[in-house]
Amino acid sequence: MADSEGNERSKQTAIINHAADEGDEKSLAEIQKAKNEGKELTKEEKLRLRKEKKQQKKGKKDDKGPTEKAPVKEKTANPPASSQPVTQNAAQKAPSAVSVPVSESTAPTDKSAKSKAELKAERRARQEAERASKQAKKEPGSQAPSSKSKAPPSELQPAVKRLPEHIQVDDPAVVRKLAKKLERQQKSGQGTSLNVSRVKIPLRSDYGYKVSLFSHLHQYSRKAPLTQQISIPATVIHPSIVRLGLQYSQGIVAGSNARSVALLHAFKQVIQDYSTPPNEELARDLVNKLKPYISFLNQCRPLSASMGNAIKYIKKEISNIPSQYKEEEAKKKLLSCVDSYVNEKITLAAKGISKYAIDKISDGDVILVYGCSSLVNHILCEAFEKQRKFRVIVVDSRPRLEGREALRRLVNRGIRCTYVLISAVSYVLPEVSKVFLGAHALLANGYVMSRVGTSQIALVAKAYNVPVLVCCETYKFCERVQTDSFVSNELDDPDDLIVTRKGKTHLADWQSETSLGLLNLVYDVTPPDFVDLVITELGMIPCTSVPVVLRVKNVDQ
Amino acid sequence: MNKLVEYFRTQMSQDPDVASAVAAIRSLLEFLKRDQSETILGLRENLTKAIGRLQEADSSVAVSSGGELFLRFISLTSLENPDLSQCRNMMIERGELFLKKISLSRGKVAKLCHTFIKDGAKILTHSSSRVVLKVLESAAADKKRFTVYVTESQPDSAGKHMADKLRKLNIPVTIVLDAAVGYIMEKVDMVIVGAEGVVESGGIINKIGTYQMAVCSKAHNKPFYVVAESFKFVRLYPLNQQDVPHRFKYKADTLKTAEDLNQEHPIIDYTPPSLITLLFTDLGVLTPSAVSDELIKLYL
Repeated sequence: MADSEGNERSKQTAIINHAADEGDEKSLAEIQKAKNEGKELTKEEKLRLRKEKKQQKKGKKDDKGPTEKAPVKEKTANPPASSQPVTQNAAQKAPSAVSVPVSESTAPTDKSAKSKAELKAERRARQEAERASKQAKKEPGSQAPSSKSKAPPSELQPAVKRLPEHIQVDDPAVVRKLAKKLERQQKSGQGTSLNVSRVKIPLRSDYGYKVSLFSHLHQYSRKAPLTQQISIPATVIHPSIVRLGLQYSQGIVAGSNARSVALLHAFKQVIQDYSTPPNEELARDLVNKLKPYISFLNQCRPLSASMGNAIKYIKKEISNIPSQYKEEEAKKKLLSCVDSYVNEKITLAAKGISKYAIDKISDGDVILVYGCSSLVNHILCEAFEKQRKFRVIVVDSRPRLEGREALRRLVNRGIRCTYVLISAVSYVLPEVSKVFLGAHALLANGYVMSRVGTSQIALVAKAYNVPVLVCCETYKFCERVQTDSFVSNELDDPDDLIVTRKGKTHLADWQSETSLGLLNLVYDVTPPDFVDLVITELGMIPCTSVPVVLRVKNVDQ
Repeated sequence: MNKLVEYFRTQMSQDPDVASAVAAIRSLLEFLKRDQSETILGLRENLTKAIGRLQEADSSVAVSSGGELFLRFISLTSLENPDLSQCRNMMIERGELFLKKISLSRGKVAKLCHTFIKDGAKILTHSSSRVVLKVLESAAADKKRFTVYVTESQPDSAGKHMADKLRKLNIPVTIVLDAAVGYIMEKVDMVIVGAEGVVESGGIINKIGTYQMAVCSKAHNKPFYVVAESFKFVRLYPLNQQDVPHRFKYKADTLKTAEDLNQEHPIIDYTPPSLITLLFTDLGVLTPSAVSDELIKLYL
């Protein structure tokens, strides 16, 4: 026993001075000895051994030449009970390079490679330097947001506690992280065999002055689409995705369902044109290929909750492809999965929802709708075909004026409609019997996220005791929780608010006015107390039961 | 079929204390025992028809909800057994089980609720409800002292029956006019009412006059408690008073004989969930938003 102890003591000192390889053997030998003799390694010794192993690994990777920094003196001075304070000492005293021959070390030392202590010291010094530099960077504070350009990553972050990057636009560290991520993505998206013409996914820059409450969000200009910055040939991004991105950013494809369906069709095209590179598995490679596309689409226009769910589904299906499937089979399966998703979750769900909703429409009803929701329009057309007698009041708002599209569709069917702007809503509400609203997403705490203006309508309807019904498919339910419209939203092009009347545009150079900001919000959230009923394809549920549906859905999956 | 309705009526008259839904389910069980159909599908069809007939005989919400739940409960088992008689026996077994469960439900509700009645409490209740009676009975058995105000509840003056029953239990009781609910609200500590049906939104359907009692209690910030057994949960979602289907609003005979329903007065009304504080059921004490959760569990 004493022998081994003594051995250990000397070994402890020796190890500090030894080269990596030797120490490796020694620590292994030590462990073996301890095990053989049934002596339990003390906690400190275990810690030390672990650290040594880590250092050995690092030492093998590092290319730096051996330094003369041998804080051996301190080691010998301190009883080597624990290596932890020793290494700290080493770090502090590293600049003072003193190499002292260690007479106590009995084992032959090879000083060509760096010693473990030196490695530890270097690592610690590096960490300190990084920490200091990070703090220094944070001090200057958030700079002008317009100079920052950052792209939100895919919203499919699994981490629960991390804030998504797209609502941290004013934090420069996050911006940098994202730029790096985009670079990494475009590199990983290319196979090793591809001759790359390093086309980066461009970062879209923000435009114009942002109102301070919303400075954490992006604000892009429609006149500067992302596609102008991509050169031809864009080998990284599939052309149908480029087209889709352009359609999103210019507002040609708008509306939650339309965007999801367009996305899924574009992905079908991508899958069809895809060919597995050699030595790669389809399941993994295709998912990696999709990542830069999703980042690109996110840059063109932030992803909606429905698109996020669709992407999650596709990624899951792709990664579940068994490896023995041939490429053709796998592609066919994926295409049929996408088709069935669109069919079940969107088309058939709309039919189911209209069935329930038509029960709620009685003869003589006056129904108020806001904006243009494809689902609500579908319901009203179906109800009209089933010979229900009702009339519709369409409420519209600037700058999108989507109500005009809804009006067009309803009038073409022959439904009696009235058209008002949102400022007149409290004037019309006394004659309204029901309000039908569409939703962009239903959040896990029962809040309804929809086009800006929806919560206003719900509030006024509540004041007049008019029942408010929200129609929403279950694929739009998302796990997010939000109680206000500030924390996560979308800012549209501020130039849309400028109005030209009789050739005069008063806001033509609003950017030069320092005290003026234009805010064009896209979404707002409505609390569940204002909503009386949510109609989904699973049935009619109160707004507070959304988490129940989410729970049931998760159990199914 | 006619025998079924007769059986139902005899059940109701024999035991006035039994809930109409329980009587209905007993009759359905008898019907199931005597049924002669050869296939499972035929059996189900006959049962559905029987439920329909019972609804015509007694148009309360509870009969319809109880019947539907009975049907679901007995067909919840996997009926893979090819032998019809064995299937039928299994269904009958489950039916008896269901009946036993719901006969005990009133006791469970009373046990949960009577602890909410404190000594010296003044309680307001509406019309005549056997569940509320059971609750007050158990509170009295627990040696609590409280006074009860009952509304007269026209058009059938059911409140007077309630008052008689309470007097027999030696509970001090006062009858008030339906119009005096606002007047009496500041004196009472809580309001306890029964329910004929509990809807998906968490609201209740009950004798007419309940809604205004709920509105008054909300205005005075008094708790509004509802006691109901779980078989009264029904898959309905009314948005407002007009949205309640006609077959519940009027008595079964009125529906058949009346020419213009607009001239008839409805006998029930709908109380929205925002006015209800808590619901006491045999599944536990629920908030109105939890009712939807329970309904999903019951019906899916």
